[in-house]
Amino acid sequence: MDEGIELSLTIAQIIQRLRGSHLHSQIERQAKECLHQPDVKLESLKEDVRSFLKTSGWERKLQNAVYRELHIQLPPRHPPAPPEHLKEPLVYMRKAQASWEKRVLKSLNSMSTELGVPLAHMRPAAEQKELTNKWNEMGTDEPDLSRFRPVYAPKDFLEVLIGLRNPNHDSSEDISVRSHWGLIQVPLNVRDIPHLREAYSELNLTSGQMGIDDHALIHPVVMEEDSAAAQQYSRQGCPTGLRADLWALILNATNQPQDVMHYEQLKAGVIQHNLLVDNLIYKDVKLTASNDDYYFVFEDFLYQVLLCFSRDTAVLEHFKYNSATPPKSYIQGKVGDEECAVVYPPNGVIPFHGFSMYVAPLCFLYNEPSKLYNVFREMYIRYFFRLHSISSHASGILSLCLQFERLLQTHLPQLFYHLRQIGVQPLRLAFKWMVRAFSGYLSTDQLLLLWDRILGYDSLEVVAVLAAAVFAFRAENLMEVTSLASAEAVLADLSTLKVMPLIQVFLFATAM
Amino acid sequence: MSGTPDDTKPVNFTVKAPVYLQIGDAKADTAHSGVCVVDVNLPFGKPVNIEEVTFKNYYTAYVTVRLLRRNPEQEAPAKWCTAVRDLPLMDNPHTEGGSQDYYTIHRTQMQVEPDHVVCARLILRQPSLAWLTFSLEDIQIFPHTEPDPEKEVSDWLSDLTLTDQHPDLEGLPDPQTVSSSIQQMWALTEVMQTNQTTASIGRFDVSETHSQPHLSCNECVHDGGDVITFGR
Repeated sequence: MDEGIELSLTIAQIIQRLRGSHLHSQIERQAKECLHQPDVKLESLKEDVRSFLKTSGWERKLQNAVYRELHIQLPPRHPPAPPEHLKEPLVYMRKAQASWEKRVLKSLNSMSTELGVPLAHMRPAAEQKELTNKWNEMGTDEPDLSRFRPVYAPKDFLEVLIGLRNPNHDSSEDISVRSHWGLIQVPLNVRDIPHLREAYSELNLTSGQMGIDDHALIHPVVMEEDSAAAQQYSRQGCPTGLRADLWALILNATNQPQDVMHYEQLKAGVIQHNLLVDNLIYKDVKLTASNDDYYFVFEDFLYQVLLCFSRDTAVLEHFKYNSATPPKSYIQGKVGDEECAVVYPPNGVIPFHGFSMYVAPLCFLYNEPSKLYNVFREMYIRYFFRLHSISSHASGILSLCLQFERLLQTHLPQLFYHLRQIGVQPLRLAFKWMVRAFSGYLSTDQLLLLWDRILGYDSLEVVAVLAAAVFAFRAENLMEVTSLASAEAVLADLSTLKVMPLIQVFLFATAM
Repeated sequence: MSGTPDDTKPVNFTVKAPVYLQIGDAKADTAHSGVCVVDVNLPFGKPVNIEEVTFKNYYTAYVTVRLLRRNPEQEAPAKWCTAVRDLPLMDNPHTEGGSQDYYTIHRTQMQVEPDHVVCARLILRQPSLAWLTFSLEDIQIFPHTEPDPEKEVSDWLSDLTLTDQHPDLEGLPDPQTVSSSIQQMWALTEVMQTNQTTASIGRFDVSETHSQPHLSCNECVHDGGDVITFGR
């Protein structure tokens, strides 16, 4: 498409999305009120109002809102391209995602029938009252969750990814140049170290990083309130005291009154209705976060965020660019009638084993529930959803797995070969790290430094690079192991690792 | 600007079966050369001025478009010319990027004027051995229509910016009248302040509408609805 046309379409799309938003009305009100000011003259009305908006910081807020829209915007559509093409261009991946979703739904439905628990039901008044009183300490509740089991675990998802094949891919001839030792057999384009060095130049050994070279501080950009500048700054790490504000700025997750109101509405929804997925969330939190030394204190926060998240229909918007499709449930007896269809759960996301670990690290940064909720939701619809859906996107879990395997095969061939000889596929060890973006495996301060870079570079590639870097770091020990169990033991404890030196050395000091 | 594919219909044409070129003896040697030729025969006797060509890719790495043009004025025989040479459709012929994407080749991207075209030939190349087959699907050619002389670029741009969606205003007063009456009242207060009399002017209450949260309030007219009370 012509570039000029593309730009105009992009602008028109953004205008439509921002028009009528709260920011729009706030700016209009500011513009009207500034007419009182003596330096606003009738002859130069337009310029004077514009410069007022600039100096008072409203133009910057508008810039941040536009920048946020650019992050989640769909590329302009070619006339014949159907909407599914925007979710995922490759047909065979769409099919694989659809059949995976069917499996998950079947599992959920059979759980509902077996246990006799409806997908959703209204709470009786007494229960509602009790829940309202106990809202801040839901962790003390000990419901009987023994019958519930997670709908799926990451290793089930890994089997699906391993089984993916392109029907047009010629894998008959085993040409040694192309031979791939790993499990992922899909020919996606992933970046190797020379390209990564260019893209991640701010991580060079010669530039200071927060957490290692704290004396090499750069001017904080929080004062300027500029999303794009904050994102650039975050590439070298955020100072601990400023991280919460910087992340909120990068994600443009403001905590305006209407955001608080939205959160209160969701909370009211939680109190009114009980969903089957709530039990899955309870079970997941009890199994993962509550058992973790760093995160068990935040158990109540996790319930408050995740239960509301399940009911937030604003999340449905991200399915335009997510290869997944939200599951629909039909009113009794009217299967197939679109008018009687409703998305279940309301936000379209079925939690899996470990899902609560996406929220847990954020609890260290935000203690106000609605702010915590907003930041988590924005991070989910920008990054985390890619970690559990089948897609050809460069930040999708499939590309991350392939990149990890390729980096390992190219730069640590002896290690890879040795592991395969003893029957260990490296991806089986690293997958659980990558699916959770290392949450729960690294110590929290290191994890937050890693997530700084995810935000700074707007990509999950660093997760794959770190996974390969961990293998490089423990290579000596891994070369000595002779079984899967001992390999797992070598890699069991990552809590002492320092993330940034590992990544820097792997990217910039590996011999080419 | 000329018509977009939304307005115009694609030209009806017949596409011959793609011919995969082979090296050596066609029967004995089945090695693919990675080159395929697709001939597009436009309707006989009706040369077309091409606006754009759209298609869906299926693992083709590069495409070259050649056109057979016959100039109607001159009696010279039709001549082949290259409109687009080796346009890359996939960033890397070995990997998936761009392999199933939709593409458009506009007449402005072509090296020659695609007018009076009788026949088009698409030469597809896929040098990588990774794929079993490659082709283009849904090839469509849109004819060039003469632009409407009254429409200028600025009109087209204004067509693009979407029109205001008027919010649903059942039961609420028209915002234009409300805002103009507010302005009148505000002007009155300015006058009152400068005159400073002690006479009361009575009470005007414009009730605010946004203290209670609405559940479906995307389109309610809340903006600017402040409480304004006058009088003593």
